[in-house]
Amino acid sequence: MESYEIVIIGGGPAGLAAAVSARKSGIEDIVILERDRELGGILNQCIHNGFGLHTFQEELTGPEYARRFVSQVEELGIEYRLNTMVMDISPEKTVTAMNREEGLFQLQAGAVILAMGCRERPRGALNIPGYRPAGIYSAGTAQRLVNMEGFLPGREVVILGSGDIGLIMARRMTLEGARVRGVAELMPYSGGLKRNIVQCLDDYGIPLKLSHTVVDIKGKERVEGVTLAQVDGQGKPVPGTEEFYPCDTLLLSVGLIPENELSRGMGVELNPVTSGPRVNESLETSIEGVFACGNVLHVHDLVDFVSEEAAAAGRYAAAYVKNTDKDSERRAGIRIKPGEGVRYTVPETIDPVRMEEKLPLRFRVDRVYENCYVSIYFENRRIFHKKRRVAAPGEMEEVGLERKELLKYPHLKEITVRIEEE
Amino acid sequence: MYDIVIIGAGVSGAAIARELSRYQARICVVEKEEDVCCGTSKANSAIVHAGYDAVSGSLKAKLNVRGNERMESLAGELNFPFRRTGSLVLCFREADLPRLQALYDRGQTNGVSGLRILGREETLKLEPYVAEDVYASLYAPTAGLVCPFGLNIALAENACANGVEFKLQTEVRDIKRLGEGYELCTSQGSIHTKYVVNAAGLYGDVLHNMVSQEKIRLTARRGDYCLLDKEAGALVSRTIFPLPDERGKGILVTPTIHGNLLMGPTAIETEDKEGTNTTREGLDQVLAKAGRSVRELPARQIITSFAGLRAHAPGDDFIIREVEDAKGFIDCIGIESPGIASCPAIGEMTAELLREKMGLEEKAEFISTRKGILDPSTLCMEERNALIRENPAYGNLICRCEMISEGEILDAIHRPLGARSLDGIKRRTRAGMGRCQGGFCGPKVMEILARELGMDRLEVTKSGRASRMVTGINKEAL
Repeated sequence: MESYEIVIIGGGPAGLAAAVSARKSGIEDIVILERDRELGGILNQCIHNGFGLHTFQEELTGPEYARRFVSQVEELGIEYRLNTMVMDISPEKTVTAMNREEGLFQLQAGAVILAMGCRERPRGALNIPGYRPAGIYSAGTAQRLVNMEGFLPGREVVILGSGDIGLIMARRMTLEGARVRGVAELMPYSGGLKRNIVQCLDDYGIPLKLSHTVVDIKGKERVEGVTLAQVDGQGKPVPGTEEFYPCDTLLLSVGLIPENELSRGMGVELNPVTSGPRVNESLETSIEGVFACGNVLHVHDLVDFVSEEAAAAGRYAAAYVKNTDKDSERRAGIRIKPGEGVRYTVPETIDPVRMEEKLPLRFRVDRVYENCYVSIYFENRRIFHKKRRVAAPGEMEEVGLERKELLKYPHLKEITVRIEEE
Repeated sequence: MYDIVIIGAGVSGAAIARELSRYQARICVVEKEEDVCCGTSKANSAIVHAGYDAVSGSLKAKLNVRGNERMESLAGELNFPFRRTGSLVLCFREADLPRLQALYDRGQTNGVSGLRILGREETLKLEPYVAEDVYASLYAPTAGLVCPFGLNIALAENACANGVEFKLQTEVRDIKRLGEGYELCTSQGSIHTKYVVNAAGLYGDVLHNMVSQEKIRLTARRGDYCLLDKEAGALVSRTIFPLPDERGKGILVTPTIHGNLLMGPTAIETEDKEGTNTTREGLDQVLAKAGRSVRELPARQIITSFAGLRAHAPGDDFIIREVEDAKGFIDCIGIESPGIASCPAIGEMTAELLREKMGLEEKAEFISTRKGILDPSTLCMEERNALIRENPAYGNLICRCEMISEGEILDAIHRPLGARSLDGIKRRTRAGMGRCQGGFCGPKVMEILARELGMDRLEVTKSGRASRMVTGINKEAL
């Protein structure tokens, strides 16, 4: 069996950044396995700009952003295999993959970096009643058809869900000649970035209907229209508020789920809130030497943070392979608890001995807060308290933890992150 | 001039065609849709019922028990997925025990083997997720699960291989008596035949009424279903029913043959024979009633919901007989549950009726077996690699949820009665039937269909007719 020091599952933004950083950390023997015909992942179909502001201090399109990393992968001579689907990973890190040329083959990995990204939730996730005609697409599938293949899925469009892909597709469909009648959002706030609401809806006069959902789909062969209705505080449609929108297409942007079939198959423990692996400070999962980063770990808003997180996973994986982290006692470490107003945190545990000098603690809030404080408690003692004008579930929060600070508390067992209002 | 025309390529029509294809006769199946298995046969519980439900002495009882017995060997001959998993009917109150006992007794009369009444403990031991206040249950070990598409398509393909012609997208609009036979006026011109089998599902009454003065009315009963992710598929290992009522067997919770979890159906009467839309009320009812039988049902794992219509006949039984005032016109209508379970026996019975009437003789060259689409996951690594070397398309994975390769999709397109649409591919291979519901593989399957069938991608449909997947190319409307 062939073996590699690090096998990276997925050649999207996370896999690419992890590969580059692992190589720069001194690991020669790396392979990226990518199921698509080129590296870059979902970025290849994100032809709009807005990528890279944090990483490169400039605004790039998705393919341009991907190119920067693909170039590095090529310059560094990192091996990758395209059109290759990973079928299975064993707990012993034997990776089984398949492609047309090699058939089914196995690689033995010293360390595995999970970077499979995420997928879109289908219509069933909202259990939307009605017919099941052609013309119902998840927003990302429509984006692929339009941006990669040149086909317009429909001419008269209603979009359900104001996640970023839905917002981006409202603008794209408009630019390509479709009429977008509106974007309905079940929640009283958008799940997407503020800048996307302004640049993709407001600028094109596309209405955003908050607290609305699709309650019926008409059309036996092709979509003929959808009925929208207002929802109450529990998300239940309010009778009498139904309004019919004739259209031939319904795009769904109703959430993303980390794609953890392989992780689950190998026995990696998952967090039910993120649907991603539980990880420690090293972005290492419950299986030693198996790391996770990017959208397979938790869904990000900005690719810049995916790259940053993946680079860290690459460094930690390199340290694992080189065994330079062996000094650590591998103790359970400090538990990080999502407190009031916080849905989850990544990572969930920290071993201050193994962590890098500075560690970003990422989390999401459970609703929209105005003029709130993000607070960090070491046991019952508040050691961080910072004002946020607005905190929303659609925008990931981040607080930096410093190693030297944590080392001052040798008996620390639990850190709590809380949202506190005035 | 055909000897026999069968109207409808659902599971009944296909089973009849397959049984008749043993004989020397010119046979044709006409189907209004673009594929076989497009009506009631594609949207149901896919349960091979044991046979204790139907009133003793009814056709339903007789054909269900016989069909159940035949299913295993048929699955072997025709290579479609079938497994005996057993079923439980739950009873929640001591007061309802006589109703459970009545089902048991009826099962005995109908000839169902292995029935047992279980107490609470034993029920919960078999199925730990059944509601804890269960009082007793009726256990039927012979109940099973089948892939309804696999069954229907296998029967049709085997009939086709034995010389039965299939005319798809051919809708029968009128039927006229013509000498000793019939003229069918269809959307594709007229067809002449000596005998007609009416297996037209929900439209069985419409066709019957074209030739008979004894008018019949079939009622469409809609059943809403929710299908859950395979992650929830092991919640129960057997089909779980509530006690039946006058509307039918009630809302069941069952694993599917492919490992998902299915719950439904409702039983809502509708005037619209095309009304396969789910409704909020229907779906809520499914969730509520399924939740009464089985606890911890993870509603957030629903990947799709759908509705099917069953054709309910007055008298609550299947109608399989020659129409009295229309000689040579055989009705096979009112085939609702347990239609899937009964179809092998429906085929036998109808074919036998025609054999006697027409004096049909067996043909020597009848092929009793059929090979399904190869499932590479059943192969060991060496075999699979040999397959990929021979045909690299088997190394190209298209549907990541169900792990379906291009090789299987090509097979689905190029075999007899091959797929012509995304739904056709889905029913034959399961590509698009998984947790992402075609979000990932949809565009790839569109590309393969267009390439293999030599058509423009703009012409690719979800399920024929006007169900085009895309409406144009970028910017053409600007």
